[in-house]
Amino acid sequence: MLQKRNSRKADLSQLIIPLAALGILLLFNLIRGIVIGDLRFFSIGIGENIYGNTVLTGNLISIIDDASALAIIAMGMTLVTAACGGQDISVGAVGAISGAIFINVLAAFGLDKISVGTILVALLAATAVTIIFTLFNGTLVAVFKIQPMIATLILFSCGRSIAYMITGSATPQLNDPLINAIGKTIPGIPIPTPIFLVVIMGLLLTLIFKLTNLRLYTQTVGINQGAARLNGINPVIIKLLSFVILGICVSLAAMIQVCRLNQLAHKTLLDAIEMDAILAVAIGGNSLGGGKFRLSGTILGAYIILMLTNTLNDMNVSADSIKAYKAIVIIIIVIAGSPGIKNKISELWKKSRSRSSKAMAGR
Amino acid sequence: MEKQAVPAKGHKASQVLEDNVVLAMRGIDKTFPGTRALNNVDFTLREGEIHALMGENGAGKSTLIKVLTGVYPKDSGHIYVKGIQGEAHIHSPQEAQNIGISTVYQEINLCPNLTVAENMFIGRTKGARVQWSINEKKADKILRNLGIPAQANQELSRCSLAVQQMVAIARAVDMNCKVLILDEPTSSLDEKEVQMLFGLMRDLKSRGVGIIFVTHFLEQVYEVSDRITVLRNGELVGEYAVENLPQVELVARMMGKDLNDLADLEEIGQKKTAGETVVYEADKLSSTESKPFHFSIREGEVNGFTGLLGSGRSESVRAIFGADRVTGGSVKVKGKPVNITKPHDAMKAGIGYLPEDRKRDGIIADLSVRENIILALQVMKGFFHPMNQKETEKFADEYIKALKIKTASQDTPVGSLSGGNQQKVILARWLLTHPDYLILDEPTRGIDVGTKLEIQKLVLKLAAEENMSITFISSEIEEMLRTCSRLIVMRDRNIVGELTGDDLNQASVMKTIAGGGQ
Amino acid sequence: MKMTVKTSEVHTRHRQPMTDTKLLMLIAIGTFIVMYAFAMIFIGKRFLTIKEIFNLLNNNAYLIILGCSLTIVMIGGSIDISVGGVVCLSAMSCAKLLQYLQAQGIEGPLGVILSLLLALGIGLLFGIEQGYLVSYLEIQPFIVTLAGMFLSRGVTTMVSSENVPIKHAGFQAFKSIALQVPNVFKLELGAAIALLVLIGMYLLLRHHKLGRSIYALGGNRQSALMLGINVKRSRFLSHVISSVLAGLAGYVFIMHASSGKTSIGLRSEMDAIAAAIIGGTLLTGGVGNVFGTFIGVMILSTIQEIMAASKVQESYWQEIASGALLGFFIMLQSVVLSGREKRRAKKNTMVAAEVKG
Repeated sequence: MLQKRNSRKADLSQLIIPLAALGILLLFNLIRGIVIGDLRFFSIGIGENIYGNTVLTGNLISIIDDASALAIIAMGMTLVTAACGGQDISVGAVGAISGAIFINVLAAFGLDKISVGTILVALLAATAVTIIFTLFNGTLVAVFKIQPMIATLILFSCGRSIAYMITGSATPQLNDPLINAIGKTIPGIPIPTPIFLVVIMGLLLTLIFKLTNLRLYTQTVGINQGAARLNGINPVIIKLLSFVILGICVSLAAMIQVCRLNQLAHKTLLDAIEMDAILAVAIGGNSLGGGKFRLSGTILGAYIILMLTNTLNDMNVSADSIKAYKAIVIIIIVIAGSPGIKNKISELWKKSRSRSSKAMAGR
Repeated sequence: MEKQAVPAKGHKASQVLEDNVVLAMRGIDKTFPGTRALNNVDFTLREGEIHALMGENGAGKSTLIKVLTGVYPKDSGHIYVKGIQGEAHIHSPQEAQNIGISTVYQEINLCPNLTVAENMFIGRTKGARVQWSINEKKADKILRNLGIPAQANQELSRCSLAVQQMVAIARAVDMNCKVLILDEPTSSLDEKEVQMLFGLMRDLKSRGVGIIFVTHFLEQVYEVSDRITVLRNGELVGEYAVENLPQVELVARMMGKDLNDLADLEEIGQKKTAGETVVYEADKLSSTESKPFHFSIREGEVNGFTGLLGSGRSESVRAIFGADRVTGGSVKVKGKPVNITKPHDAMKAGIGYLPEDRKRDGIIADLSVRENIILALQVMKGFFHPMNQKETEKFADEYIKALKIKTASQDTPVGSLSGGNQQKVILARWLLTHPDYLILDEPTRGIDVGTKLEIQKLVLKLAAEENMSITFISSEIEEMLRTCSRLIVMRDRNIVGELTGDDLNQASVMKTIAGGGQ
Repeated sequence: MKMTVKTSEVHTRHRQPMTDTKLLMLIAIGTFIVMYAFAMIFIGKRFLTIKEIFNLLNNNAYLIILGCSLTIVMIGGSIDISVGGVVCLSAMSCAKLLQYLQAQGIEGPLGVILSLLLALGIGLLFGIEQGYLVSYLEIQPFIVTLAGMFLSRGVTTMVSSENVPIKHAGFQAFKSIALQVPNVFKLELGAAIALLVLIGMYLLLRHHKLGRSIYALGGNRQSALMLGINVKRSRFLSHVISSVLAGLAGYVFIMHASSGKTSIGLRSEMDAIAAAIIGGTLLTGGVGNVFGTFIGVMILSTIQEIMAASKVQESYWQEIASGALLGFFIMLQSVVLSGREKRRAKKNTMVAAEVKG
């Protein structure tokens, strides 16, 4: 009797670690909130923002809002990791380039003439250029067979300089209501726009997975490239495609950040987001060596990272020291999933079972 | 031919080890979950003897070697090594090495980025300081002594594969090995290199080293060995002196046949006569792994490639499927010229291929049984036409039932299935695509006897009812005789014969496989 | 049938035939010469003095040491991106320690020695932790050392989030020791230490069992295992050495700088990796040498000087040039590696074709 439920069970097991981490964080904050008598962490409310619109406010909302750029990039990173078995560390730098193009195109039309049309054109231009850069990385990885981390080291080193080269030292300020609508909220809609964009990106990818064989091909290539080829799949194309999708994600995330901050600071835009993105992928239960993947895990991972940062901030841990705590979390998660530990656990399990069966036999 | 007498079990070591015996394995048993890999196997190696160890797939050759070198512990039996008091208890390759048993594997276990001299001495010295000039001088001496054309200070990767192998042998010899095991040493060598290797082997022979030569190249066995031990299905068939065993007899022993046995094959179905249309035709097709060859197959025809393992059967069909890089030749499918440079081209042309190595080339281990079954069909439907859940479940269900695949559910990761069931999943995958021409490379390997027969019946049915052309590769002659109407025989990477009609009997097949000599 | 080999073919000295590694390093040296010549011609003056070369050495002493860290780890087939953070933590901690000692009035050579021990100790801790996780728990080195980078930078800010000026008298005296001929050249103590480290690493990698084991492990882990090499211990030790050297690099850093800052060594791990790659250390492991890495550091710093000296307004050109250079060398390596593969494949093709008919 075939049990279809098995599939969902098998897939959901991947979500155990992220859900557990989320649970621990929430529980921790709950206890802490009770102890200090302030459950502000969990606040969700309705208020007015500086433009006079009614918006959802509160800590939880702001965590989810802040995590938007990370969540989007992490989605793209999940695909690249799944197909290529490695990580792209240049996403922050390439994001800076993307933001630079976005602003420059807007400026070309005139910063006082911003409209939905110009924004769309700017976004398209930025996406096109971003894809060129991510395809550069993709070619090094898929065609020249260079390890992803090393191949992307090049743009990691000089990407932000390229962004600077594009914008020059000028840092135009974007102070347009349309920009604010993207970066913050659209008047009349209480939910911050970036959250919508995360949902849209997520839906877009889900749609792609439904309408094409991308998930099957990507996972197959990531698990066994040779066998994939013997079944008619072209691993090079799939890998390149993953980088194209990453490019789209990066450019969308860059636009969000530029609109939130109302300007482009090429050094700090999406700073260190590559490390967080990789972390989100790992926390989400995806193997960093490629193969099967689950986007929902990654998105959870992104929120967990922001929640962790938020919790630590709340505890008055300085922004810089937070890195240390993140590191410890990474180490714990990664040790828990390591082959070395898995072996030891299975050995202990076997020992205890044989001991109990021996005990039974002895009786 | 009679078995050579071997010292009986249960004797004291000193009695078992006659004067010139360096290694005696007696009554070796080894069982893995589900298979009895070795069943009461004996093996004897004498000083200065080149002893070929032969057997088809699953015969137990590699298990015997792994037991001898301490990779696997034996379940029962005794091992005696000259110079060791009592029994030798070997728990690791290091221990084996220490008592004088060295192995040179096909994938040369040396470091290509180090020099020849370093490869010879690394991991053996106690001191922390590396003595370059001393090591290089010592290495040079050994190399000259053995006639190996390499320089001590040369980077190993700069040496040809043959020379690298010889360096590995030199290392073993320098460690005073009494028993040298060569595991498929000639697979990647050309004729000149093979002769060079044989020269070295004969040299070692004259120094009293006992060599176990594991190979499937028939001609080579007869060229250089003194004795042959044949294993089959985990059991010892016999140990023979080379001059007492004609090639045909050897092949018969390996395949478990009696040459004179003309008993009728159990008929399982009518072999349909092939149609007239030539479905696939290759002219001077060559790849990076296979020499140019001609081949054609007609509608509804079942043909086979037979020969010993390693004779080149798989390489030929991989060239047909575009799995290896095609380097020349022209191909016609149903009369029209077609360019097949990669598997996708072959699939589009209506060709399917069940690979020989299911673990490496077949299964996508982490994906479910269902996903593995529908994979090829899905690729053929195209990137933008994913099948819906219901469809894929239906297909998977159908084939799980039809092939009796044992799995907890459709969604179990295929990696957790047993080997035989994994094989059935891959078979289902290609059957699902309903190709015009299906290539099955060892489809029954690892499958239980009952299902083997089912698959053979299935092959006949597909040819008869759906006019499918099928190439069937198997190491078991009766399978092919039952299903194929034409047999192409290969030996040592060459096509040596084609049998049809009345020639399709065991005797002819084995004679053709074995070839001349005695 | 013995193969006779002419004795004249036997080389008994160390002269080795041209290998891929040698080729890569020669290209690196060539690049450096070209670059320096360019600097001499177009920027002139300053670059024509020996003093300038020593300036490069003095300013980049810590990076030279980091280059050695990365080289040894990459030869073993692993990677360590925590070194920049460890340098920073080490430098900041030493600075803080010296500040404390100064406040206590302990201004003698004790400060010099204690801070050195602290620097090495910090490196040792990180090395042991990372080495264990990578080698014995078999976790991917990228993630382990990424965590190390975060951890070290985070702890740095806990030590101090502001600049810590170094005014310890004993240390100042120590710092100023230098080998110099006024107006001709000046070799600071830090640079001298870096050169000693270079030589020490060379000796380790070439003449010590551990070094050779690391090469073997990087070349083919499975083979190394079968040859009887303790692969786990070798990789573990390569990480320990890498981090200890990073600690030392932090110490050397404050011998040249005047204070501890939280921005020390930012991105220097990437510079070190770039230097190693440029110098011929293969990403796939098993190949590499510290002198090539040294050349790599020199090339990168020459670019920096050229940019600074030519008063190129846009400082971004330096990064782009470094990036392009890195890209060039990465692709060069890929070409050389695939050339090797093709040669091997060709041999097999000919083999298949020649099997007798």
